Amino acid sequence: MKIDSLVQFQNVTFSLPAAANIIANLSLSVQQGETLVLLGESGCGKTTTLKLVNRLLAPTAGEVLVEGKATTAWDPIALRRRIGYVIQEGGLFPHFTIARNVGLVPSLSRWDQARISERVRELLSLVGLEPDRFADRYPRELSGGQRQRVGVARALAADPPLLLLDEPFGALDPLTRASLQREFADLTSRLGKTAILVTHDVREALILASRIGLMHKGQLLLLETPEHFLASDNPQARAYLDTLTVGGKR
Amino acid sequence: MSFWHFLQLNWPELLLLVRQHIVLVFISILVAVIIGVPVGVLLTRYRVLRGPVLGIANVMQTIPSLALFGFLIPLPFIGGIGSRTALVALVVYSLLPIIRNTVTGILGVEPSVREAAVAMGMTDGQVLRQVELPLAMGVIVTGIRVATVIAVGVTTIAAAVGAGGLGVYIFRGLRQYDNNLLLAGALSAAVLALAADLFLGLLERQFSFEAKRKTARFALPVVVLVVVAAAVFAFWNSGGSGKNSSAQERVAVGSKDFTESALLAEIVAQMLEARGVSVERRLELGGNLPHEALVSGTLDLYPEYTGTSYTAILHHTPIGDPRVVYEQVKQEYASQFKVEVSPPLGFENTFAILVRGADARRLNLKRISDAAAHTAQWRAGFGQDFMSRADGYPGFSKSYGLKFAAVREMDLSLTYIALSSRQVDLIAGNSTEGRIATLDLFQLSDDRHYFPPYEAVYLVRQDSLARVPALREVLTKLANAISTDEMRRLNYEIDGNKRDPKEVVKEWLGSRGL
Repeated sequence: MKIDSLVQFQNVTFSLPAAANIIANLSLSVQQGETLVLLGESGCGKTTTLKLVNRLLAPTAGEVLVEGKATTAWDPIALRRRIGYVIQEGGLFPHFTIARNVGLVPSLSRWDQARISERVRELLSLVGLEPDRFADRYPRELSGGQRQRVGVARALAADPPLLLLDEPFGALDPLTRASLQREFADLTSRLGKTAILVTHDVREALILASRIGLMHKGQLLLLETPEHFLASDNPQARAYLDTLTVGGKR
Repeated sequence: MSFWHFLQLNWPELLLLVRQHIVLVFISILVAVIIGVPVGVLLTRYRVLRGPVLGIANVMQTIPSLALFGFLIPLPFIGGIGSRTALVALVVYSLLPIIRNTVTGILGVEPSVREAAVAMGMTDGQVLRQVELPLAMGVIVTGIRVATVIAVGVTTIAAAVGAGGLGVYIFRGLRQYDNNLLLAGALSAAVLALAADLFLGLLERQFSFEAKRKTARFALPVVVLVVVAAAVFAFWNSGGSGKNSSAQERVAVGSKDFTESALLAEIVAQMLEARGVSVERRLELGGNLPHEALVSGTLDLYPEYTGTSYTAILHHTPIGDPRVVYEQVKQEYASQFKVEVSPPLGFENTFAILVRGADARRLNLKRISDAAAHTAQWRAGFGQDFMSRADGYPGFSKSYGLKFAAVREMDLSLTYIALSSRQVDLIAGNSTEGRIATLDLFQLSDDRHYFPPYEAVYLVRQDSLARVPALREVLTKLANAISTDEMRRLNYEIDGNKRDPKEVVKEWLGSRGL
């Protein structure tokens, strides 16, 4: 096994009782430092794939390896604290201040208070929120874009090597989305984080991905760099690329 | 007497009842929260338990409170009379809203928030304590608020099992047709319910994270302060009375829930106190509670009528001879219950078939038989007791061949006023009722001797007689001491003149040199 493959899916199948396979025989590996984007329509199994990584779900067959060790062999709590998780709208705790939301994983890991506050200020600045203005506010007092930034800051708090993002920018208006996408790409390359991001937005995939994995009905159809993806003649990939075309031009 | 004047005279007692009321509600809600919230949490973890447990809680809440008290009385440990039974019943009623709202509150937490909590690496306990419970707290407090308001209401019924509280005034007010008592009891209970609702509402808003909450920031300390103040007020010095006397010289005197029974109990109580015995008054107990309590040993003594014992307790068919009834009751109580029957007090309180005085004069009615010609156009109003007992309505109507246009079952104490205000035309009251004269009601004579004798006696546990020698002395002195006229007069002093029973008894004992 290559030492630089952070996450590896080995013939993974996931199914629920009395239902078709949600994921069928999936194999892929995520390299250190890359941003893998899983692209697909609703119900294609991309979110399930993400949840198999931090063991919110366990595979029915096959194995998911994180840092070379099967997720089922990990202590789930220890595993999850090594993986940042960002979901749509941030999934912030409405009863926690922004500072407490961001400092959650460090405080669960029993950092001392001074170190937590310092880390929170650092992270808020990193995602472009002034610590003095935002630390003591509650999530509902923030705009959608600001909440999403807090969600990213929270995921980064304990400096995990791996980030999982489930349609993180899906609920934002196009302008905010574009600027957050740029900032996020900048951030991951600067911090050298490995990320798996799930989206149904092909434009987002092309902007952020090191590689794009195209999923359809629980199968991985294609796993290519954006350049190769644009040139692909896979009908599903073409269908996505056609949505970029306006008035006959790309 | 004006309500204001009434309050001026009675505020110490009212305050005591309010305090008892608060204690009952406070403890029962506390216990219900301690049980209900963990059970609710459990139900969110084990889905299969949810249906059955909520179902049981639901059913328990539909049991009428008086019936529930009745079930509880004979049970060991949780039953008996007094506050313990009331607390058990109140906890049972409070559980459903608290469990249900705990479940609803936790299941209502945004799935994405819960998922984020798990994905951050929280343990199940941390998810519960840091995320689910805080976010569900608003809904849980709503449940506690609902339970509290219900409990304030149900606690008024607790007076029927001798637990005290504002129900004492409400029941007494109903019995004595005294609006001041009713108003004082009901108004205070309403104020308590509103206050609880208001303060728990403030608390609830504390936990609303979606709405702006800066405005209500001050409320949490206020709520805490009020709860602490209520608890201090309620528990301060309460239950401290009479704890210093030994069990040897302590007698629990009970009574049924009508004026005369309470008055007879008060007579014994004061005579015992004059002889240095400490007395615990468990007056105004509903239904058959005094009997159950006497047999189970919670009471040492209560006043009863031989006819009631003979038919309602011993289940004999009614007969007419007072001597036979008395002897039979005396003998069977001794062998069955280890209870002694005192010598008769000298008066009978039998059922009195009453009509309005005006009707009696207009139609020239003297005997029950005279009324038979008119009853087809009359509505009758009878107490629950009369409707259900062996010597009550079924036998009575058959014996005299009476048919009524309608028969209404209602509270006995309300029948007098229902008769005088022409809501009904004939009732079965008590022959010693003070209001017979004041409301101008007329008693038709029992010309077919249908009703069995109802001689007033005291029922005493044999072991109590052995333990407290003063008891026998008092009961001997009371033999043949009260005539029917005298009893009517004493009843009227309380029901008609609205005097304090303790004073009336004190005065009467003084006048009789007892």
